[in-house]
Amino acid sequence: MIEVKNLTKYYGDHLAVDNISFTVEDGEILGFLGPNGAGKSTTMNMLTGYISSSSGQALINGVDILEDPIKAKANIGYLPELPPLYQNMTVMGYLNFVYDLKKCKLPRKSHLKEICSLCKITDVSHRIIRHLSKGYRQRVGMAQALVGNPPILILDEPTVGLDPKQIVEIRNLVKKLGKRHTLILSSHILSEIQAVCDRVIIINKGKMAANDTLENLTKSVSNINRMVVRLDGKREEVLQAIRRIPGVTSVRADMERENGIFDYEIVMEQDSDIRIMLNEMCHEHGWSIYKMASDEMTLEDIFMRITMGEAVPDTKKPKPIINFVTPEEKKAMEEAKAEAEAEAAAQAASETAETAEEEAAEITEEGGAE
Amino acid sequence: MGAIFRREMGAFFTSPIAYVYLTVYYVFAGVCFYLFTLSYGMADMASFFSMLFWATFLLIPVLTMRSFSEEKMQKTDQGLLTAPVSLAGIVLGKYFAALMMYTIGLAIIFVYALILSFFGAVAWGIVAANFIALLLLGAAFIAVGVFVSSLTENQFTAYIISLLLLFVMCVMQELAGLIGDANVPELFQPVMTGLSTAMNAISFYNKFYDFTCGLFDLSSVLFYVSTAAVFNFLTVRVMESRRWR
Repeated sequence: MIEVKNLTKYYGDHLAVDNISFTVEDGEILGFLGPNGAGKSTTMNMLTGYISSSSGQALINGVDILEDPIKAKANIGYLPELPPLYQNMTVMGYLNFVYDLKKCKLPRKSHLKEICSLCKITDVSHRIIRHLSKGYRQRVGMAQALVGNPPILILDEPTVGLDPKQIVEIRNLVKKLGKRHTLILSSHILSEIQAVCDRVIIINKGKMAANDTLENLTKSVSNINRMVVRLDGKREEVLQAIRRIPGVTSVRADMERENGIFDYEIVMEQDSDIRIMLNEMCHEHGWSIYKMASDEMTLEDIFMRITMGEAVPDTKKPKPIINFVTPEEKKAMEEAKAEAEAEAAAQAASETAETAEEEAAEITEEGGAE
Repeated sequence: MGAIFRREMGAFFTSPIAYVYLTVYYVFAGVCFYLFTLSYGMADMASFFSMLFWATFLLIPVLTMRSFSEEKMQKTDQGLLTAPVSLAGIVLGKYFAALMMYTIGLAIIFVYALILSFFGAVAWGIVAANFIALLLLGAAFIAVGVFVSSLTENQFTAYIISLLLLFVMCVMQELAGLIGDANVPELFQPVMTGLSTAMNAISFYNKFYDFTCGLFDLSSVLFYVSTAAVFNFLTVRVMESRRWR
């Protein structure tokens, strides 16, 4: 178990890590997420005793890393961002050195053999590290962390600089290790965290921005109910028709996907479902739906929203966006909405759809008069 | 400490360092042995030993320059500092490995003494005393070299700075002489004399010279050993302070 209390690190005047607290339970896989330079490696270096914290405390299985470093370090296997490999040694020579360095008590031959086969480096075990490819070096680094079978593993960006096949291999290895060890994994690659971690801590500019399970994070951040529909039909008409649907808070046309076919991004009120009404609307106007998708928050969205600040939920799509809501339209929309709400209150829920259709029809007539 | 010592020894012999060091040391010792002992047809090795003093000063930075600099450069120190070993263990492991290399080079003097013993009576007591003197000198110098190496990431910088530092230590008695003879106002004379005496007291060469004559002085032994201890302690402090920065 790892307990971190108010950990802070200054490099001179520069505040690298600002008052971070969290705990990692036994057997948990914790993901450390943050943009480059956010303080991930600094935090990990403090947890492993490579650097000291300016203030705060890190307890490894109840042992303070600064008070009894040797005892605390014995519980940790650490893979730094750059694996600490001696270039002139053979893989086996190096692992034997690490075995001696960690004063490992396990049977030497069988233990190292097991690690080699786990990390798939058995066939290079007699080669000199300098001659190995980056992927193999990373795996030797991983093997080095596993020597002595420490209960806690801390891996700093284990897949950085690897090719996609190697990334999958390392990821599978991490998953396998997560069953036997308490694990902290840092990365700026979100899919990696998504694939293996139970819980995510997001660090931004040295501060802890979030600390929760992936599910809860998604829930807490995505308070917006959003969907994308691809329709034919005249753009302005479609926009107005959609706006008439109760529950819709805003709509905008995205790029023209095919000739005369646009994507519309619809933002709805929480818990409202407009799919049936959309179908009916299209049926009425003789339009066709080419695509309908609810826009789910990915870890990328969550990450962006947390690290860039709340105000910019759409930064993930820097495409040209045509927003057709002019001030007058907005006013009309609000009125229509208020009207619809008043009516909806008066009528039964099943009749709401009819009202919307009537209104939509009216608008179409007005629009079609020109 | 044992693991680090073994790795260091391995690293010496898997890199050119050990071969370059031993070659140069043996060639230098061989030439000096020929010039100062064999060519005179004497079994007296005193001048030979005083030449080895200078070899020690020139070559020890070669052994120590990479000890911590390279680890820092390659970021392998991260592996050492996050392993369950003490800083003193790391420093001493490296220190004793360099001392071992130095001793391997130094042991050549017994070979030369053995050669001489075929032609004349060798004063084995003096040979042994000189071996101990050179060993103690090396022990102190290596601690200085390892300390300098812990200050920088660059091996070449480490070499040059250690060389300078050791040079000042080696010529301390000359500097003391200069200061003692300096022409200063009467008022400052006691200060200069005091300084000169102090500098003579910490001269490596004076103490070494006593040994080469066969004078075994316990205070000199303590002087070398404590110099080594002080610089090893400083290295540990440097390593520790790096974590706090």
